[in-house]
Amino acid sequence: MTALTVPLRVAATVPLSPTLRAFTLIPADGGLAPPSGPGAHLRLHLRSGGKLLRNAYSLTSNPEDRSHLSIIVRRVAASRGGSAFLHEEVAEGDVIEAGLPANLFPLVRTARKHLMVSGGIGLTPFLAYIAAFEAAGTPWELHHFCRPDERAVFEALLARLPASRVHIHCDMALGALEDALLRQPLGTHFYTCGPAALMEAGLALAQALGWPKVRLHSESFGGAAEGGAPFVAVLRRSGIEVAVGAETSLLAAMEAAGVDAPCLCRGGACGQCLIEVAEGEPEHRDHFLDEAERASNRLIMTCVSRSRTPRLVLEL
Amino acid sequence: MTIQFKPDETFRDEFSYSNSDAAVLRFPFPFPEDAYMYSVNIEPHVRGGPSPAFDNPFDVDEHYVAECRERAKVLEQDPSRCKVLPHMMAAEWDTLELIMESFATSYPEHFTLTRDGTSWTWENRPLGIRDSFTFGDASTLPLPPFEYITRQAQGDFTLQDQREDNLFVDGGMVTTQADWSLDFDVGMTFHQWHGPVPLAHQKGVFDRALKFLLRLQYGAPVRRLNWTMTVNPRLDTSPENYPQWGPDRLTLTPENIGRKLHLRVELQSLFRLPRSNAILFGIRCYLCSIEDLARVGVWGKRLHRVLRDLHPEIADYKGTTRYRDMAVAYLAPFDDGAELPAGTAPRQSTLAPRS
Repeated sequence: MTALTVPLRVAATVPLSPTLRAFTLIPADGGLAPPSGPGAHLRLHLRSGGKLLRNAYSLTSNPEDRSHLSIIVRRVAASRGGSAFLHEEVAEGDVIEAGLPANLFPLVRTARKHLMVSGGIGLTPFLAYIAAFEAAGTPWELHHFCRPDERAVFEALLARLPASRVHIHCDMALGALEDALLRQPLGTHFYTCGPAALMEAGLALAQALGWPKVRLHSESFGGAAEGGAPFVAVLRRSGIEVAVGAETSLLAAMEAAGVDAPCLCRGGACGQCLIEVAEGEPEHRDHFLDEAERASNRLIMTCVSRSRTPRLVLEL
Repeated sequence: MTIQFKPDETFRDEFSYSNSDAAVLRFPFPFPEDAYMYSVNIEPHVRGGPSPAFDNPFDVDEHYVAECRERAKVLEQDPSRCKVLPHMMAAEWDTLELIMESFATSYPEHFTLTRDGTSWTWENRPLGIRDSFTFGDASTLPLPPFEYITRQAQGDFTLQDQREDNLFVDGGMVTTQADWSLDFDVGMTFHQWHGPVPLAHQKGVFDRALKFLLRLQYGAPVRRLNWTMTVNPRLDTSPENYPQWGPDRLTLTPENIGRKLHLRVELQSLFRLPRSNAILFGIRCYLCSIEDLARVGVWGKRLHRVLRDLHPEIADYKGTTRYRDMAVAYLAPFDDGAELPAGTAPRQSTLAPRS
């Protein structure tokens, strides 16, 4: 599916530390920034050195304020190029294409209190959370873990908030977190975002202390993944070969090649785009096929599924 | 294009509701094939398709003013038809914004939204409404935001909160429903509120639909059509008012069934809401008498075949058992048995006069 995009202009870019940089983005054509909710992310389409990267960053701005959108980007050493590009090549005034805000880490609005545990740059979604909690008067508590040399950076980001709710820790000792988990009122929800080791430790600790799973939430960008390794689809009956790129779906690639392929929902649910596989091994990503059908590798839903083999021969 | 509203038509008592020829031709006919069975018939809610009813996120037609009046009457008698749980306030504002933006964009001659930051002014000329308010501050509107805006829209709406990998129907405005009760269903999970539907659970329809909807994205709404049949053009066929409309089925005769029996189509749309992450479910109801439907050649033939061959459990669930044979007999003379093309387009641009 071709997702809608909006052009955003970089209104300000400010270094917070040697590896952290904040960006303020405004709609390039004026008007209001697209609406978003706490926990939403923005997928930036970055064109760097002939490559198109689609990197997702949590929105840190107050969702109620639609004058702009804000993100904070950590320059990562093993960057595919996205964070380095944002740090070194993007300047104020530049226009970046972005997808509409999407939310894979929404807050739970039936919660009586929100307990947040973040590590390093994982603080970012909670900045938007806290803006919403403060506006609504909802109880919250934050435990932020960071390196000692970045303590001042995060203290500055959290400076305007009530000190009684903010706890910054510069060691990985989870004793303080255990204390916090033990004294929450009923109806509290727990959210964690940060390095995998911290999230896993926090979730394990909470479960060990008897927290129900439905009260535990962790940030993951996995669900936003589209595309994958490129492959070639061979349409046996029509004799056409379609190259499926890393960023397009099999269905979209066939449509672009002028093939009238069946489809309806374009989201892996309805079953209309089902096609028989003659050779190759599909990578199933749909909700339609049952276990036996998946295991047979003889059927594929072209709107979401891809190929594990470089060639996939279809009965089309 | 300015819509010619029919403000005085009624959906109760004398039932003065009727469709113009243009309204019949734009009816969202729901049967692309000669046989009907449940499926996940969801598609992207984008402009285009066999009916102009799909051209806008929310369709406004000649019945708009009369339907808003009917909604007000139902609410006056039964305020429990509009309910929103307290944690859904962000979704209420999301809904207000989505409908106001859509109406103002789709029908600028009838609706205007003026915004300066959070200071908004809303003009609804067909209903004679003009209100200035502060977006996000419910005390500046005469009604809660969801009730305020859905009183100004055709069709029912429900709000689904997403949590625990499920959808909970945590709010709604439901006055034009096909025999289900918001008051009874509010707070239920996706599978709970679809509990009464026959056959579809076993076919996995709801498991797949839920997984799909949990991933629904902001800016990419989807739609599907559902249908049933209603005696008389009555919008409020609620369980609460069953004593008023249930006996209508006994009034059908071979002479009056063409005029009295209506195909009731729901254009159901689903929107991910950006602030709340909730889903707005629109259930826009269209009514057309089978006499009018038969004035479209391909529709009369197809409706005859679908009703004739309908699975008995579905026929029963849709409440058609008592009169189905009579309706099939009425439609049979319109069906020459010729093979019909797949699809729902009327394939004609004018209608024969009513016989």
